[in-house]
Amino acid sequence: MGHRAWFDRGRPIGGAPGARLVRAGRGEWRAIAEDFAAAGARLLALWGQGGEAGEPTVFAAYDAAHGLLIAALGCGAGDDSSSEYPGLQDLFPFAARMQRAVRDLVGLRASAMDPRPWLRHGDGGDYPFVRVAGDGVHEIPVGPVHAGIIEPGHFRFSVVGEKVLRLEQRLGYAHKDIERRFREFDALEGHRLAARVSGDSAVAYAWAYCQALEGASKHEIPPRAAWLRALALELERIENHLGDLGALGNDAGFAFGLTQFSRLKEQVLRASETALGQRYLLDAVAPGGMRVDLSRSGAAVLADTVTAVAAESIELRSIYDEHAGLRDRFAGAGTVTPELAARLGLTGLAGRASGQAQDLRIDRPWAPYDRLGPAKCGATGGDVAARVEQRFEELAESCRLVGRILEGLPAGESIAPPPACEDGFGVGLVEGWRGPVLVALSIGEAGRIRFCHPHDPSWQNWPVLEHAIIGNIVPDFPLINKSFNLSYSGHDL
Amino acid sequence: MLKTLQKIRRVGCVSEPPPAASAAAAAREREALQGRILEILGRALCIRVVDAGSCNACELEINALGNPIYNIEGLGVRFVASPRHADLLLVTGPVTRNMREALLRTYEATPDPKLVVAVGDCAATGGVFGESGESLGRISNVIPVDATIAGCPPSPTRLLAGLLTVIEAARGA
Repeated sequence: MGHRAWFDRGRPIGGAPGARLVRAGRGEWRAIAEDFAAAGARLLALWGQGGEAGEPTVFAAYDAAHGLLIAALGCGAGDDSSSEYPGLQDLFPFAARMQRAVRDLVGLRASAMDPRPWLRHGDGGDYPFVRVAGDGVHEIPVGPVHAGIIEPGHFRFSVVGEKVLRLEQRLGYAHKDIERRFREFDALEGHRLAARVSGDSAVAYAWAYCQALEGASKHEIPPRAAWLRALALELERIENHLGDLGALGNDAGFAFGLTQFSRLKEQVLRASETALGQRYLLDAVAPGGMRVDLSRSGAAVLADTVTAVAAESIELRSIYDEHAGLRDRFAGAGTVTPELAARLGLTGLAGRASGQAQDLRIDRPWAPYDRLGPAKCGATGGDVAARVEQRFEELAESCRLVGRILEGLPAGESIAPPPACEDGFGVGLVEGWRGPVLVALSIGEAGRIRFCHPHDPSWQNWPVLEHAIIGNIVPDFPLINKSFNLSYSGHDL
Repeated sequence: MLKTLQKIRRVGCVSEPPPAASAAAAAREREALQGRILEILGRALCIRVVDAGSCNACELEINALGNPIYNIEGLGVRFVASPRHADLLLVTGPVTRNMREALLRTYEATPDPKLVVAVGDCAATGGVFGESGESLGRISNVIPVDATIAGCPPSPTRLLAGLLTVIEAARGA
């Protein structure tokens, strides 16, 4: 059975364009995964739903050229042995951690899975890291509290001298049990929590959540609302890229880069506050549209700021390009070849810098991206230099898109609140600045959230960082890590 | 190199005065503040940031304090890499169960006298994440807190104002 046949068997679901849901039988769960893997499709997310919301079920979301397929496998309400489902880690290596999370959160076990806990650390005790043996090998433990102003996580390096033989990550320190917390919210309020799954991607999450909600209630939003959401999403991309470009310069010893780019980022944040009421748009996207509208003067401020930022970024890019010291640090550091990226499922911005030319805004555009025609940017170098280039390219393109949105912004309402919804299911999928953000939402009685799973692209990319660092030197780790800039909170749920 | 130097010259100094009670005071505020920090500590105020489980938005705004517009280092405030070098812990949250021990150890590693400031609504109250088996809620549920700075996330201006209040109060105490 080809992977297209599974689409034909599935039923359409609301939210992301072309999304379908198929209930898989026990033997079919693996068959679906094999068919999609053979077709070169991506596994977008894997999650579990516990018994409190009906039959315990494990879900897998696949992204293929013509749509999004969600496969659901009921696991019965039985004991541990009967709730074991077939693991997918051999087909999609990064599924291993998601399966560990499913076991920690809802108790469903995959076959042949890593027995170690992932998100639930329990009451301490030693976590069995994989040991590297050999003459002169020693370990460097780092974290969970890091030296800089960043999120918590633990890195265990096995090194000889300064050379890294192996990195093993231990994450979950920011685990707040967000899926459980969602179930305490009304569906019409859940976007507030969604925006705080990973604060640096607030717009992407809130939009994906609202897309799922609006899909579940078959609610159309006004065109202006969709355009304003795209404006917010591109501003979020610009802010993050500016921040990272500065930090990457700084990590390579070029403080000038941090000074200049953090100044530009501050200008965009202030323009955002003037035009949309918040520096970071944590509360801008709401069910039915946008909580804030854009005035003519606000639009002018944004247009002027983004135009100026785009021009200065071109100037700064030439300074970065011509700086021998930066080029020396960036080139060849933390390389992920396109072959390795494809095998490990590297996604989003980092994937595009390693030859994985996928961008949902272009491949399967949702409104208003079907009208905006964003250009795809990509590289194949796969090193820090390529990820820096990728950010410069995407920054320029997002600045262009902001201009295009501000010119073409339709008149009309900026929000049309959806009616209360009972008993619905929807899925939202948005290309955030880091990569695809997926939200699956099930709404139950009285408009309460029955289940909600938010998925961060960091799940795919964290394991790839373990490969990217092999053979590099320890002092290059901060730079390589920053060039991916993955989310801890988004991953730790 | 020439381009870099030209850019530095063209951009010039963009730092703004810190938040002050009145506009007239703003001009003198920077120098006065440096003086007050020196008076209280005899040197720069050293801050150690601990993310005890936040959504990372608070970190974005704490990082912004270092940009040339807020220029917190110019006020005599430094972010340090070890709690052993810190006078003040700036903690974001809510505290997760998985971060509880690391937070306690960081607190114990900070020499006395020390100040703890809980940053953001989640650190102050548990915020949108509330309290559960995995989210232990506000920072003061785990370590003593001297002051809180509200906001989701608090803006850099609010962070600066909050820090000033804490320093003032410490001097009064």
